Amino acid sequence: MMIKQYALGLGIVLVSACAHFQNPETSLYDQIGGKAAITQITDNFIRQIEFDREIFPYFAESNVDRFREKFEEHLCVQVNGPCEYTGDDMLAVHKGMNITEADFNRTVDLLINAMTDANVPHRLQNRILAKLAPMRSEMIYK
Amino acid sequence: MKSSKRSCHFFLVSALLMVSMLCHGGEGKLIATSGLTQVEGSGGGGIVPWATLSGYDSRDQWSVTAFSSQVDVDDFRLQVWGAGVSLYDRVEISVARQTFDLTTFGGEIKQNVVGLKARLYGDAVYSSWPQVSVGMQYKSLLDKDIAEALGAEESAQDTDFYLAFTKVHLGLACGYNLVWNLNFRHTRANQLGLLGWGGNKNDDRELMIEGSLGVLLNRHVAVGMEYRQKPDNLNAALEEDWRDYFISYIPNKDVNVTLAWAELGNITEGIAGTGDQSGLYLSLTGYLW
Repeated sequence: MMIKQYALGLGIVLVSACAHFQNPETSLYDQIGGKAAITQITDNFIRQIEFDREIFPYFAESNVDRFREKFEEHLCVQVNGPCEYTGDDMLAVHKGMNITEADFNRTVDLLINAMTDANVPHRLQNRILAKLAPMRSEMIYK
Repeated sequence: MKSSKRSCHFFLVSALLMVSMLCHGGEGKLIATSGLTQVEGSGGGGIVPWATLSGYDSRDQWSVTAFSSQVDVDDFRLQVWGAGVSLYDRVEISVARQTFDLTTFGGEIKQNVVGLKARLYGDAVYSSWPQVSVGMQYKSLLDKDIAEALGAEESAQDTDFYLAFTKVHLGLACGYNLVWNLNFRHTRANQLGLLGWGGNKNDDRELMIEGSLGVLLNRHVAVGMEYRQKPDNLNAALEEDWRDYFISYIPNKDVNVTLAWAELGNITEGIAGTGDQSGLYLSLTGYLW
């Protein structure tokens, strides 16, 4: 089967390319630039939300300082950084907000902007998004 | 005649671009995750339908798309126009008009396609299992002479049914997002139906496997390849599997453009003695609402 050969060929190329570029010893936390990068991404994200007419209303009642602290901890834990998350679980945090699928994706776009502005490379952005994506089911339409 | 047809085409493409830029439809999906539009009008890659729906609508939105594709191979040109409506990221309805020009031998074959697709499960990006959709493409041939001359059993109309699986893996390919699609099509169409359905070699529907594999180099550029297994029903015209290698540019959620190298194998070797047909594929999808 032709397609099997293609898929296998591409797979081999990708895996060998990855092995070349990626040091498995280094955590995602260190690769993006550690604590400073987490802080920068979080600040940028908050600014993105503040200026977004669609998303800001979800946060209108939120305490910005608490959000900053908990988001930093959470992001840090997700990228295998040396932190502890002291906030509530995702379900409890988003309960009652009734976040739509569209607004969720719009917020993902804001986070991507925040990471881009913090000079996080595209490939590391995707790795971070891959860590966060499974939480969507606890965040939308709750 | 030919040049007026060309300038008309250019005009329509420009109009499509203008309207796409001015209108903003459902934009609830992440950029690039609506996919493209395939040659039979369904949301997909270029030659293969995907489980993703044609527009950027989320489950609370709907969207309207229009597209134009052209494949120029050695002895033929396929031009396609069409539009699609995608409802609540659940159901897709599409229409397409294909015009198949026999540029070397003269003559043309026109066909209409009406497509229907329903998403059964999942979200290509977020669910742990692939997104699954079931679909059908009802085709009616407007120019039946060539199909009949080649010995097709049916030259008026027929329907393809398909089951598609699509998954986006975030960061999987060295940190690049990887997308794959696998499609199972139940069909007896000869060259999409342009040469009718069934024939003296085989008249039964068969299960054909189609696949796509792509990598997003950044948020706006994707490269990849596709493969489409084809039936071979006519004694008079050998039919071979199709493949293409594509690059897509997705500047925003209003429009995308795809350039590909298409290898369509033999098309009418039986009647015209032509060899492998390959050439450029160009496709534009505009997201109108």
